[in-house]
Formats: sequence, structure tokens, C-alpha cells
Amino acid sequence: MGRDVVIRVRDLRVGYGEDIVLDQVSFDVYEGEVFVILGGSGCGKSTLLKGMIGLIPPFAGRVLIDGDSVSEDEERLKGIFRKIGVLYQGAALFGSMTVAENVALPIQAYTRLPPESVNVIVQMKLGLVNLNGYENHLPSELSGGMKKRAGLARAMALNPKILFFDEPSAGLDPVTSAELDQLILQLNRNLGTTMVIVTHELQSIFAVAQRVIMLDRQTRGIIAEGDPQYLRDHSQNQAVKRFFNRVVNTE
Amino acid sequence: MTGPETDNAKPYQVSRDEDGGMTFSVYGNMDVSNAAVLLKDLKAEVKNDSPSSLTVDLNAVEYLDDFGTLVLVELKRLMSAAGGKFHLVHPGPKIRNMLSLLNFDAMAEPVTFIKKRSPNLFVRIGDAALGQLSDLRYAVFFLGSVCLSLAHVCLHPGSLRREETISTMQRTGVDGLPIVALISFLMGLIMAFMSSVQLEQFGANIYVASLVSLAMTRELGPIMTAIIVAGRSGSAFAAEIGTMKISEEVDALFTMGFDPVRFLVVPKLVAALVMVPILTLFSDLFAILGGLIVGVSMLDLTAGAYVAQTLKTLTLFDVFWGVLKSGVFGIFITWVGCLRGFQVQGGAASVGQATTSAVVSSIFLIIVIDSVFSVILRYWG
Repeated sequence: MGRDVVIRVRDLRVGYGEDIVLDQVSFDVYEGEVFVILGGSGCGKSTLLKGMIGLIPPFAGRVLIDGDSVSEDEERLKGIFRKIGVLYQGAALFGSMTVAENVALPIQAYTRLPPESVNVIVQMKLGLVNLNGYENHLPSELSGGMKKRAGLARAMALNPKILFFDEPSAGLDPVTSAELDQLILQLNRNLGTTMVIVTHELQSIFAVAQRVIMLDRQTRGIIAEGDPQYLRDHSQNQAVKRFFNRVVNTE
Repeated sequence: MTGPETDNAKPYQVSRDEDGGMTFSVYGNMDVSNAAVLLKDLKAEVKNDSPSSLTVDLNAVEYLDDFGTLVLVELKRLMSAAGGKFHLVHPGPKIRNMLSLLNFDAMAEPVTFIKKRSPNLFVRIGDAALGQLSDLRYAVFFLGSVCLSLAHVCLHPGSLRREETISTMQRTGVDGLPIVALISFLMGLIMAFMSSVQLEQFGANIYVASLVSLAMTRELGPIMTAIIVAGRSGSAFAAEIGTMKISEEVDALFTMGFDPVRFLVVPKLVAALVMVPILTLFSDLFAILGGLIVGVSMLDLTAGAYVAQTLKTLTLFDVFWGVLKSGVFGIFITWVGCLRGFQVQGGAASVGQATTSAVVSSIFLIIVIDSVFSVILRYWG
């Protein structure tokens, strides 16, 4: 497997309005890896994700996805959007469309496949996430875990090079959450998709992450980077130790 | 990223054997970028030749995803429909993995997602009727709970959410004043102008003042104001409550022990009850002002004469009647807006429907109630 850099983040400063949430953040994500962004609540994980995919313009610094700069230039952003898929926290399925229509939407828009073939693809996508038989359900008729899986099927409709996950296990029971982790690993192995996951679920982190960065609210930046097992056992940083060992901050 | 092929160089070779079989040797990638073209070309080859059997050699395929698999599925299906055999040869380990992951062997039947079957006409009519009936029941139930909540607030004035009520008053009344004033002013202007054309022929210019003031205070002022409030605030009530409903905020209120109707509807109701009549008074005033301007500038009336004629025409009862009507309009606009909000189910589209329906129902109710008032006045007044 090539170790090409697919996402390069340099000196990124992001925030909302006057508030700077993260500053001077730099890291690389390599092709085909499962990369996890972790940290406690309010440390800017989701903000970083939004900054990376161009949903909020950065105050400073830059993000390169597959060599292209994520900028405010719409044409260029569209090119980047073809290479990425995003699973949002609430799955963000379109409520007025069935599951099949949700998944078919990008396929119909960006390929020239005939309608029957689109149906076959949709069936395969839903098969990958174990949602066969739910094609005609509306999102409001699905459980939380099923919505996530349907959202994942839609995110990977066009086999993007990179998949972003915002808190994939939020609101899921441990079994469903573990199943989703397995699915992520399976897709990563079989399709070679690069996975960028924002989460704070320890079990999920140890199950899927090949490399992590940890963010911190106080320092507004990265306080640790590397293999999660190693960080848990050997990190000298108190905040990192507390996070991995679920220790309450008593200071 | 894409395979080595371009549009003119085909990414496959075709060979035929003596007993009518056909072999495609595909090379490069079979993925989302070229699946549509590949599928079209290969299908055309098969249809041209109608071979007795088809073999696809995957030896030189470097990468295959589900879109590539789709091509294979479609070819397999084409062959089985024609009664021919289909073989895959030399898939690499990764490709074999992918095919088993996607359950390739089981994918023989064509897929059609049957849209939710639409039942026959009678069933649909029955369904619609039952739906209307249960809507009506809910509407009556809701009217009841609004009345109870209002009674509760009258008995315990302290339970009214004062700040919320005042801010709703501001949004419904104060923020709506400019548009109500402008439209009423223009209405007065138009009415005076149109009627003057006729009345001038009889030298009865001064009755323009009577016509404008009477028509506005009795009928048009309350109606126009109510329609504007329905468009501005009735829709806002429906959208607000509908969004709260789908984001489970209404459920949260309920489990926290609040009565959602009392919590959400009563402040709006009180606000509308106070502000719609006040807006109506402003509407009357601005319409008379509009008429005055036409009267003074075009009909050679003095401002004093115009005002005197207006005061001579209007009785206190006329003004009171208009204000009373507008208060009732306000209650029904709020009731329908909140009702539609509480009826929201599902997602964003439902909120949109509720908002539309709130405005349309409000306008309908305004006209109906106005007719009822006219009838009452006719027989009682």
C-alpha cells in the first residue's frame, strides 16, 4: 500500500466569529489509513472536520485534499467533493426521500448509468451496509443505527477516496456501534478507502484507529499523535493519560 | 486515477471461439469512473453477437469496485435472459473478495424498487376521508385544549410566560406595523381614487371620506391586517412549533411536566389577541390618511372638511365592531398556525406543508368568520 499523503493540513486556524477554536494545527493523513481525530467535548474535533471539508472557511492556514486546496473557489470545491464522502452525526438523510432514493441521488447525478443499473448499485450499496429490504423505507421509519448505515451507504455512493465520519457511534448502542466499526474496517480493507473519523468513544478508537491525533481545548491544538495503544500506555501528557484511562480531572 | 483507457482505446479485447462462445478480456480498472461506458460497450458487443456463452477474463483487471461489479452483473443477467452461460475466470484474490462481499453470485434477478404500492381508488378515497376526519377531531381537541389553557392562564395570570409573550407581541405587532401601515395607506389611496371617479360626476366628492373610512373600519381594515398577520406570524408559529416537534423539543416539554399547548400556544394567543386589534386601528388610521391625501390633492377638499366628514360618518360602534372582529381573527390565526405546527410529522418537508397550510387555512377562516360577523350584524344590529 502506497503511503501517499491524501490530506495535508498546515497551520490551520479555525473558529466561529471571534472565537478561535483551534490554532496552528498541522498534520497529514496517508492513503488507505484509518485516521481518528479525538479529544474531549468542546475541543474542536467537529470544527476541525468542518474546516477540513470546506464547510467553514479557515481563518488561516490551508488544507490540501488529494493535492487540491480546499478553498472558497466553488469549482475546485466541487472537484474535491467528488473525492470525499461525509457521514454526518445525525446521518442527514433527506426526509422526503426513501432510503434507495437517498443513495441513488448522487449516483444519478454523477454517472451516466441507466436507471436499472442505478438500482443494482443501490442494492449493492445497501447490501454492504446490511440494509437490504429497507429500500422503500423513509428515514423517519428507521432506527438510529439504520439511519447511520443508510447515511454511510449514501456517503460512499460514488466510492469516494476519503470518507469522513462525524461521531459515528454517537447515539448508538454498543453492539450497533461495534458493528459500524467492523463495517468501517471492512470497507477500508476492501475498497482501500481512507477513513477520517471524529470520535471520543474509547472502544471505537482502539477497534479501528491506526493513527490518532488528540486535540485539547486549553492548548487549542494537537497534544498527541500516534498509535492509540502506545499513547495510552506511554504518553507523558496528563490530559492524554486521563482521556485514555477515563480519569476525572481533579485539578 | 482512471484506468489507462481513453475514449477511443477500448479497455477490453474480444475473442470468439468456434462453438459460438465469446470472451472479454478486460484490463485496467473497472470502477465508478468508467463503468457506464464499459457497460454500454460490452452490452452492445453481446447484443451484436448473441453468443452461446460468455466468459469474462478478469486476469488483467487491477481494481474492481461495486460499479465494476455492476457491469458483470448486468452481463450475467443479459446472458441468463438469452439462455446462455456466463463464466468469470481468473479473478485475483482482491477481486474475488470484492465479489463475495457484494454477494455477486446471488445477484441474478433484476432489481426494481417498487414504489409504495398505491392502493385502488376506493381505498384511497376512504383513507383520505378517514384522514380528514381524524384531522378534524384533532382540530377540535386542540381548540378545546387551547381554551382550557387560556382559562387556566386567566385564573392564574402568574403562569403566563411574560417575556415570551412580550417578545411575540413585538414580532407580531411592532415588526408588522410598517407593512400593515404601508398597505393600508395604499388601500386608502386606491379606494379614494377609484371612488372619486364615480362620485365626482355627482359632485359628491366629500363622500369619498365616508366611503374610505367606513369600508376600512368595518371590513377591509380588519381583513387586510388579519391576512398580513396570517402571512407573517401564522406561518412563523407553524414553522416554529413544527420544527420543535420534529426535533423532539415538544416531547421534552411534555416530559418536563409542561403542557406544550399552555407553554407554546398561550403566549402567542395573548400576543395576537392584543396586537391584531391594535394593528387594525393603525390600519384604519393609515387608510384614512391615504384617502385624505387623494382628497386634498385631487378632489379640492380641505383637510378639515375631510376629517370632519370622516368623524361624522364613523360611529364608535363601527370602530369597536372592526376591532372585535380583528381580535377574533387573531385568535383563529394563532389557533390554526399552532395546530398545523403540532400536526407536523416526519421531516423538513412536513414543516413546509404545515406553514403553507397555516396561511391558507388562516385566510380561509378569516373570510368565513367575516361572513359570520356580517350575518350577525344583519339580523341583530
